[in-house]
Amino acid sequence: MNLEHLILQFQQKDQKAYEKLYNMYCDSISGVVYTIVKNSDVTQEITQDVFIKAWDKAETYSSEKGRFFTWILNIARNAAIDYTRSKKYKQSKQNLNADFFVDILETNDNLDQATNTIGLKEYVTKLGTTCKSVIELLYFKGYTQKEASEKLEMPIGTIKTRNRNCISELRVMLGV
Amino acid sequence: MDIKKYIATGILELYIAGLLSEEENREVDALMQVHPELLAEVISIEKAIVKLTASGAQKDIAYSFSEIQDKINRKKTKIVPISRTKVNWLQYSGWAASILVGSSLIWSISQNNQLEQQVATEKQQLKEQIEKASTNLAEAEKLITVFRDKNIISVPLAGQKISPDSYANIYWDKETKSIYIDAKGLPAPPKGKVYQVWSLTLNPLTPTSLGILDTFTANTYKVFTKENTSKSEAFGITLEPSGGSEFPNLEQLYTLGLIASTI
Repeated sequence: MNLEHLILQFQQKDQKAYEKLYNMYCDSISGVVYTIVKNSDVTQEITQDVFIKAWDKAETYSSEKGRFFTWILNIARNAAIDYTRSKKYKQSKQNLNADFFVDILETNDNLDQATNTIGLKEYVTKLGTTCKSVIELLYFKGYTQKEASEKLEMPIGTIKTRNRNCISELRVMLGV
Repeated sequence: MDIKKYIATGILELYIAGLLSEEENREVDALMQVHPELLAEVISIEKAIVKLTASGAQKDIAYSFSEIQDKINRKKTKIVPISRTKVNWLQYSGWAASILVGSSLIWSISQNNQLEQQVATEKQQLKEQIEKASTNLAEAEKLITVFRDKNIISVPLAGQKISPDSYANIYWDKETKSIYIDAKGLPAPPKGKVYQVWSLTLNPLTPTSLGILDTFTANTYKVFTKENTSKSEAFGITLEPSGGSEFPNLEQLYTLGLIASTI
């Protein structure tokens, strides 16, 4: 079914349409949340909350604000980041290290089983270190270009083009 | 606008990442409407990012939409009470109206029942009156035939010392061994007393009770029928205690009449 149509039905509180959207994006949202909070239980909880929150504010979405995926990705990143600022998270901070999502990928058996991500680990590890860092900061952690440029000590313009090149490389590998 | 150059800037990758300003987002959206190649590029980038991010999902986490659906629906039912109170007013007024209609219906039914009962009672009374009238007519007709029958002996009973103004008539049908007592000329008996009819033979004076007129007050025509099997020479009527006596109290003899053939 047409994505625009699904989104429209979702906005009209059609639960069946929402289930389809959920199935399309649930793993992505969960992956982003996990990369930020690094805890399975918390990830499960936050992911659920994200989809409930999206349902509750369905009417606030419009294509003018961006893609539906991007919209829900933003909700997820904000929820996960909010959690990392909570007391609960700070108390369990001993586990926190600067894992890149690549490290998570490398220890994630999921990749070997999910057909749509077969070979992804391989592709990602093939990407240059800079690519991994840029992708992690921009997509998983929601860093702005400015924040990413400061973190990676790169000019803002370079972040933008480097990111473009990295994603293009990935697309070639994924064939999308 | 050179769309290829625009794409090459890397703005679409940032668009998917959600890192553009509101204005830039609107611009990309507007351009996608008119440049299909831009839309195709966005969809392609999005596919890559969806796959990329999905790779971070942990396989030990089980996801099911039904849990989300449960929570969504539970929230929905939580909101219900507000609208329910609104509905309740409707319900209440509906109940009130139905109670009103119901009670007025019950009232009119009971009114109707009352009227029907009244009509039934009146009908019954009327029926009884008609029956009574026809019975009375039949009795009167019977009396006339009795009075006109030549085989019936007519005996006038005259008032005695205790009540000189009293009188009575007895019609004796020897064939049927019955007498008809016309007691219209007797005063109403006092409470606790009753008239008793006697058949008398004169030598020696022997009274035989023919019965008491215990329905005297109720009988409209004061005509009574009794059986008489004795060889009567005279008839007398005395006032006796209610229930009657074995022998007549002659001091309370109201009327007495001799049968003509014996004189």
